[in-house]
Amino acid sequence: MPIIVLIALVVFFTSLNPNFMSLRNFARIAIAASPFLMVAIGVTFIIIMGSIDLSMEGGVALSAVIFCFAFLFFGGTLASGGWVAIIAALGFGAAYGALNGFIHAKLLIPSFMSSLAMGFVGIGATVLLTGGGIVRIDDDVFRMLLTYRFQGFPLMVYVAVFFLIVGILIQKKTILGRNLYAIGGAEDLARASGVPVLKTRILAFSLAGFYYALAGVLQVAKLGQAESVTGANLMFLSITAAVVGGVALWGAIGGVVNALIGVLIVTVINNGMVVIGLPDYIQDGVLGLLVIAAVILSTNRSAVKFVK
Amino acid sequence: MLEFKNVSKEFGPVKALSNINFKVDKGEIVGLVGENGAGKSTLMKIIFGAYQADSGTIFIDGRQTRFTSPRDAMSQGIGMVFQEQSLIGNLSVMENLFLGREQEFRRFGLIDFKKMAEASRAQLAKVGLDIDPTIETSKLSFSQRQLIELAKVLTLEERISGDLVILLDEPTSVLSEDEVGLLFEIVNKLKTRAAFIFVSHRLDEVISLSDRIYVLKDGEVVDEVKGNKAKASNIQASMVGREINTEYYRQDQRLPFDKEAAPLLSVQNASVAKKFEDISFDLHAGQVLCLVGTEGAGREAIVRTLFGMHSLDRGAITFFDKPSLKITSPHAAVSNHIGYMPRERKIEGIFASMNIAENMTSSQLGAYSRYGLLKKADELKLAASWIDKLSIKTPSASTDCIRLSGGNQQKVVLAKWRSTGSRIIMLDHPTRGLDIGAKEDVYTMIREMSAAGIGLIVIPDTFEEAIGLGHNITVVKDGRAVKNFNCMQEQVTPFDLVSAMT
Repeated sequence: MPIIVLIALVVFFTSLNPNFMSLRNFARIAIAASPFLMVAIGVTFIIIMGSIDLSMEGGVALSAVIFCFAFLFFGGTLASGGWVAIIAALGFGAAYGALNGFIHAKLLIPSFMSSLAMGFVGIGATVLLTGGGIVRIDDDVFRMLLTYRFQGFPLMVYVAVFFLIVGILIQKKTILGRNLYAIGGAEDLARASGVPVLKTRILAFSLAGFYYALAGVLQVAKLGQAESVTGANLMFLSITAAVVGGVALWGAIGGVVNALIGVLIVTVINNGMVVIGLPDYIQDGVLGLLVIAAVILSTNRSAVKFVK
Repeated sequence: MLEFKNVSKEFGPVKALSNINFKVDKGEIVGLVGENGAGKSTLMKIIFGAYQADSGTIFIDGRQTRFTSPRDAMSQGIGMVFQEQSLIGNLSVMENLFLGREQEFRRFGLIDFKKMAEASRAQLAKVGLDIDPTIETSKLSFSQRQLIELAKVLTLEERISGDLVILLDEPTSVLSEDEVGLLFEIVNKLKTRAAFIFVSHRLDEVISLSDRIYVLKDGEVVDEVKGNKAKASNIQASMVGREINTEYYRQDQRLPFDKEAAPLLSVQNASVAKKFEDISFDLHAGQVLCLVGTEGAGREAIVRTLFGMHSLDRGAITFFDKPSLKITSPHAAVSNHIGYMPRERKIEGIFASMNIAENMTSSQLGAYSRYGLLKKADELKLAASWIDKLSIKTPSASTDCIRLSGGNQQKVVLAKWRSTGSRIIMLDHPTRGLDIGAKEDVYTMIREMSAAGIGLIVIPDTFEEAIGLGHNITVVKDGRAVKNFNCMQEQVTPFDLVSAMT
């Protein structure tokens, strides 16, 4: 049970350092988790459908950079028209995702391959746009997403929670959400029931791209800048989070809430290692090992026929 | 040498085999015949170890034994030549022959392919094949692959000390006449080394090849005849056996339909390459048309073509008297009120991870949503009304379908298509795997749909079902409609159907 793993981790780290269980540290966890959660929700929609999306690092970086350039183009402050940049970035993310889905579904390239390639295209485009450099945003109003706190948590956490709820609603209350489960559960039957499979696939990837762009904007809010490595590590972390949280890689099982729990598990592990003072250079290795342990503890692997 | 005593096998409430007594002597060729669903494939799977019998005993050379897996059966001398080939196309012939046994050719940790090729040539010679064993298997013709399949089983000869029993599952169904002759020649030559169990739909072949023939029906051996005394007509009679109970199929409720009205569906000279050819028929409102034929005769392809899953090579299909209406995808079929219930309910019929309401609306989400948002209350209301109408046994409308019995799952699928207002519904083996009570429920539903003016195309599970349900029966053989029966005008017997299709 993923939720029990999460609770056990919190207890574990608190016992090693009581400061772990403090509002300040929880806020830190929430800030780290916010962009990460957006990516995990995006990829969860794809995994439910039985496909995989590996384009998130490119999607996040490119959306973030486009957002920064657009923001600067519209005067460099939110008040001068920088808000248009948010719409532009989100729109771009959705289009980028739709293209990714089109290449996979229409040209019949396995999603593993097509999305991995699109991710590289995204990173490449980012390098090209930035010339390998960094684009900075210096707008106090926009940075309020990080700096302004309500009840101890910065605004960006509330933005993430809002889009978490949107994600849950899409999953549970829309035709798209229902059809994702139909395709992931039995694609042939979905087709035989008249589900527009191609359209649904492209829409799903577009939705994922939208969430990657959200993550990109939140990353800029968090760091005040964008570059080609803005999305680094998110591929491993987001897919790990989905799986640890209980989303089955073969489709139709789990959902957005599972992604949330998985993101919290992974973020708590990351944060906990810092709090208990684990040296930098062994954190990556320990994270990998803990993730394997978390997957073993939180997923029902006996239901899997084979693991490919 | 191989003997079954009182072997039974059940799948839930369905008795697949009951008290089977069956034996094969050394050097004997035994035929096994029966209509679809008679239990042939279950019996075969028990013989080669894929299923285990629930009760009864198995003897080899008088010694009691059991087969826990195909591998175990193989080590005791049982080999299976699969109908759907089990060779791996991208491996060479020799790699396929010795798949899983490469250690016999190991030298310093590496495979000695020269030695393997040598051994392969010896095996191929047994079945009269003169080909290079290093060639990639997918490059060979179908009949060559069939012979390699046989050669693979014959490698058992060197591995085990006892005699062999080899199962041949429909080995001739895709071979040309010459190739069949060659296969029979090889089988006859191998009689000194092995006994054969020969399963086929083609009665004449079974009679000419077999020393003895078992006839299966409803999971029982109903007849056992000597090959030289066998007559096709007698075997056919015992294959179909039981009396037709007109009440069982609700025949009294079979209403005449209006032939003068424009047909819901008109198929003219329809052909799809390699699947079927020159199929023509009309389907009227309220008519039940049954398609009868052997597995792979093309019935499923016809139905799937009507549902927009295959595209037509030649001919024309007219729906609802509108020549401009073309159904090119299942999506188009569903939105034009055409429904299709595929055959394997567990794989193709229900979404296992979805509940009853979600399954019922899966083909009509447009009607249960506004601006892309689902109206869940309406979905549950729909499900509740159909649960009531069809007396589906379930705790609630939001119960996962996987928890329902087979019959109730089938009702959910039928409700899905009826509630969309389908005017044409195609049912592929709607009663497969159901117990008798659930079957009756399905028959009642088919009558109700017919009375409501829906046109139905049914691929029935048995001949009796075809005769009991259909207004018309079309017999499909090798992709062609070979015979039409009008059940309202003539008394059709299962015997008529078998003679047309075999």
